[in-house]
Amino acid sequence: MAACSIEDLLAKAEQDEAEKLKSITVQKELDLEFDIGNLVAYDKNRIDIRQFREQKKEDFLRSLARDNTQLLVNEIWKHPTERVEEVIVVKLPEPTTPLPREKPPPKPRPPTKWEEFAKLKGIQKKKKTNLVWDDVAKNELHRLRNIARAQKIKVPGVGLTPTAQQSKTDLARAVNVAKSSTASAGKFQDRLPKEKAPRNTGKKRKFQPVIGNFSNEKQRQLDLLKVLDSKKPRLDVNKAVNKQMREDDREESAAKFKKGGKKGRKGGNFSGKGKGGGGKGKGRAGGKGQGPPSGKKGAGKPGKR
Amino acid sequence: MCDTFLLSVHSIGENIKHLVDRPDGTYCFRLHNDRVYYISETILKLATNISRGKLVSVGTCFGKFTKTIKFRLHITALDFLAPYAKFKVWVKPGQEQSFLYGNHVLKSGLGRITENTNQYQGVVVYSMADVPLGFGVAAKSTQECRRVDPMSIVVFHQADIGEFIRSEDTLT
Repeated sequence: MAACSIEDLLAKAEQDEAEKLKSITVQKELDLEFDIGNLVAYDKNRIDIRQFREQKKEDFLRSLARDNTQLLVNEIWKHPTERVEEVIVVKLPEPTTPLPREKPPPKPRPPTKWEEFAKLKGIQKKKKTNLVWDDVAKNELHRLRNIARAQKIKVPGVGLTPTAQQSKTDLARAVNVAKSSTASAGKFQDRLPKEKAPRNTGKKRKFQPVIGNFSNEKQRQLDLLKVLDSKKPRLDVNKAVNKQMREDDREESAAKFKKGGKKGRKGGNFSGKGKGGGGKGKGRAGGKGQGPPSGKKGAGKPGKR
Repeated sequence: MCDTFLLSVHSIGENIKHLVDRPDGTYCFRLHNDRVYYISETILKLATNISRGKLVSVGTCFGKFTKTIKFRLHITALDFLAPYAKFKVWVKPGQEQSFLYGNHVLKSGLGRITENTNQYQGVVVYSMADVPLGFGVAAKSTQECRRVDPMSIVVFHQADIGEFIRSEDTLT
């Protein structure tokens, strides 16, 4: 009796279970394909036309939809879940269905001015080869250096060093150096017919940076103002002396000329030494005090600014 | 260029070292597009963020260098230079308006002038009520001014506050 009842109980339990699961199990011939990332299920089962025609169409479709949705939800529940703010949330995987473009594809951008020019001229993009150290040239360079050291002459800093490939800039620089290595620093050297004048020659003017040292700048300006403030003219002794000497020489030669004109050649010999010795002493220039008005004070006469 | 600038400003007054050396902050002069600007250090540092082509003006424009590298003082510098003026010229009320329209000051309009003004000295022009009106250059020294006839020019006009309205567009 007890065994019977236990079997009964078990059977009943099973039946109950089956009952419960019935609502969520669905039987299909072909399994559905799922793309959980997009929450999509593809049902490839054939639709029974006879069944479709027999039943009411609405009911048939509804039951079909219900079954497929059930399968989709079952599939969703298979994925890992997490609890976010008291709500159970399923972490969706990556979508597998490729979707078409949302926006039209980008149009090819118009070629830049350089690209057009390059196409026109047929310029190809040339990759610069990695520079490799030339052993032969290295030997040559070291040989020259040794010679220079032995003979104690300087190696030319700029010029043609014996390497195989000279770049255009190197050659140009060498030419310029060679041209200006004359007694008059290249001033009277003729240029070749098509040679262009070298640019970027002349003293390059250096400017202080915009935000330099402020205290330095202030100090410099204050010093300048102090110089402007002081009333006496600043005397540059060297300049004054040189100027004075030049003037003396000029006076002397003028006097000599006049004297030579009057007395003839005879008296001309002893004109030089007597006056010249006395005149050229530095004490005389110092004694003049102010000397020629040099220096930076021009504040009195700015004229119409 | 620094020399030329400081020289021409120096002829206005001796105490402009107070412009350079200020207790309330570092101010400096900067050259931009031939104009000299007087700016505080903080503004200068901010101004470096703007490209040179796009920067129109910084701080206060003191003046500009002309094509022949002469420095021309602008009226915008009046507020800064007027307190340090050493040589002043006061203009009578009648002639005030004439000066503000850009004319030179005649002897008839001269109210007062500081002693020992040299000829061609930079001066600051005031009204009789001690309101600074602008900059000028003394055409005659003080002694000469006394004995010259009333229709002759005593101060050459350089800049006046009327320019704020006349050349509103071009004043930077």
